[in-house]
Amino acid sequence: MKYAARLIDIRKHYQLGTVEVQALRGVSLDIPQGDFLAIMGQSGSGKSTMLNLLGALDRPTSGQYILGERDVSDMTDDELSEARNSMIGFVFQQFNLVQQYTVLENIELPILYRPGSGAISPKDHQKCLELANRVGLGDRLDHRPFQLSGGQQQRVAIARALVNDPAIVLADEPTGNLDSSTGEEIMRILGELHDEGRTIIMVTHEADVAENANRQIYMKDGLIAGEGIFPGHRAIKA
Amino acid sequence: MLRLVRTIQLALKSLLLHKLRSGLTMLGIVFGVFSVIAMLAIGEGASQQAQQQVLSLGATNIIVRSVKPPDDASSSQASGGRGSVLRYGLTRQDYRLLADTIPNLTGKGLVPVRELMMEVRFQNHVMNSRIVGCTADYLDMNHLAMASARFISDRDCNDMANVVVLAQGTAEALFPIENPINQTIQIGSQAYRVVGVTQARTASAAVGGSLSGQDFNKDVYIPLETLQSRMNTGDLFIKATPGSFSAESVIFNQITLQVGQIEDVVRTAEVVRETIQRTHSTKVDYAIVVPLELLRQAEQLRNIFNIVLGSIAGISLLVGGIGIMNIMLATVTERTREIGIRRALGARRRDIVQQFIIETVVLSGTGGLIGMAMGLSTPLVFKAGKWILVKYILDSTAATSEMGRMFLGMEPQIAYWSLPVAFGFSVFIGLVFGVYPANAAAKLDPIEALRHS
Repeated sequence: MKYAARLIDIRKHYQLGTVEVQALRGVSLDIPQGDFLAIMGQSGSGKSTMLNLLGALDRPTSGQYILGERDVSDMTDDELSEARNSMIGFVFQQFNLVQQYTVLENIELPILYRPGSGAISPKDHQKCLELANRVGLGDRLDHRPFQLSGGQQQRVAIARALVNDPAIVLADEPTGNLDSSTGEEIMRILGELHDEGRTIIMVTHEADVAENANRQIYMKDGLIAGEGIFPGHRAIKA
Repeated sequence: MLRLVRTIQLALKSLLLHKLRSGLTMLGIVFGVFSVIAMLAIGEGASQQAQQQVLSLGATNIIVRSVKPPDDASSSQASGGRGSVLRYGLTRQDYRLLADTIPNLTGKGLVPVRELMMEVRFQNHVMNSRIVGCTADYLDMNHLAMASARFISDRDCNDMANVVVLAQGTAEALFPIENPINQTIQIGSQAYRVVGVTQARTASAAVGGSLSGQDFNKDVYIPLETLQSRMNTGDLFIKATPGSFSAESVIFNQITLQVGQIEDVVRTAEVVRETIQRTHSTKVDYAIVVPLELLRQAEQLRNIFNIVLGSIAGISLLVGGIGIMNIMLATVTERTREIGIRRALGARRRDIVQQFIIETVVLSGTGGLIGMAMGLSTPLVFKAGKWILVKYILDSTAATSEMGRMFLGMEPQIAYWSLPVAFGFSVFIGLVFGVYPANAAAKLDPIEALRHS
């Protein structure tokens, strides 16, 4: 079985003043290709730290993180940037579009940081247009983020995440800032991507959102506390 | 490379998106570049004026003038008591000596001049004029040109002919209506026939401190031989006061030498100095003016002028740069999240550095371009300013005052080398002052930056 990502006994410790915070205390997790995984947990459970590590935004204190076929654990800052650029597509809760750029420019942004020339070939351009069309924004290419609704912005973010054909789409509370009907729409798109065979990792604390994934893990105190939608999740939510 | 082009494109676009802020940020650089170019233009204009004045004296000329020595007991007294004659200045001996000593004068490169102030009259028009006794070569040597008819000829000199040539100003004063050619005017008690009129020429202002301004427009030119033989004062210039009289005796007021080659001017001037000094060792009653040396002095002066004005203007550029840095630093804080987004999407630290430096340079470079355009308009602005001043603000006394004349006389000349220099400097300032904010931006931790609200 091919893995999109593997975590092997990952620990992450922070020095907060004189106190050492153990955010992750030995997490191991295999994410096969084509998986749709939801990571759940309360704040402070370590799910954000986990997300940062999975997104190659950070390095573990110890343990190994294999992204695709590469070991991310000991990469330099530049190599991490390159890994993020080519292997990971981010979708954030806050959409995180560059405000002064148009829809098209936002979608093209990862190409600019592609190792090599950063040039946008006609093929790239074509691809950006297709992605924009796919998320239903083909007629709003020249709009800027503030001219779009939240749902539209999130769809731009999804298109942007797909430009470099990443191994993993990493979605951090993708519906957190959206009303439920738009949230459902975003989840439908993510579902489609999954159906196409893409690997999707989603962090959420909403159980009904997590239900869209085909696998759920629950984090607590820096460890994976359990897999599957936690039996008592509705109670926990309340 | 293509990434660079793309980054510049995007930087320009976001610059245009915030027109007001970009404009205000650039303002410092705009005025910095503008003032550098304007200051240098004013300096350049002033020095070109000075150069033209010096050149109008003739770059290959060496001028030896008689100067009244300072009053002291040793000045030669022809007779004691109530009357005295002061003899000084260049003599016929000097003239011969110079003619014999200096080898490389052009054929007619030595012109002696005698000047007198006398009353000139035609019918009821009278004016006080400078009577210049000279030879035919005087015209060329002083870069004068004829307005009508001819100048004094060699034959006039040999024949001691009773002819004069009027300068434009004199001609206009004496002959408001009539054609002066072939009319007869009176100088002192004698009559002379007008054979020509010279063209008007702007007065040369005092240059370098050793030559007073010369106004060629109120002259009357007369053959030197005629003046020396016919003016009944001869060489004497008598000033009578009740109870005493004093007289000054001068043979030549000026001898102008013209050297064939410009390279020989400085050496020849040395020889002239030594030659004249030998015969005038007892008193300093002469002055030697070498326009070429004055020109060199003027050039030196210009360089100093340019450096001083340029650095003052350069300081304003620097201040502009600090203004840009300030805004860019504020921008880094404001755009923390954007930096986080870019890092998440795969931007390396150096991409962030590059982006911020490029944005700063685009900002300062655009400011530089605007400043350049403004700088280019300096001469026009000056012209308009002068016009408004003269028309609405200055009264006639203020306009003719020292300050007024100085300002109205300014003719800024764009020093074209200052355009690329000022622009280059503005880009350079963008580079320098962009580095700090750019590094500050790149140092941000991507996770922290993304969390920033």
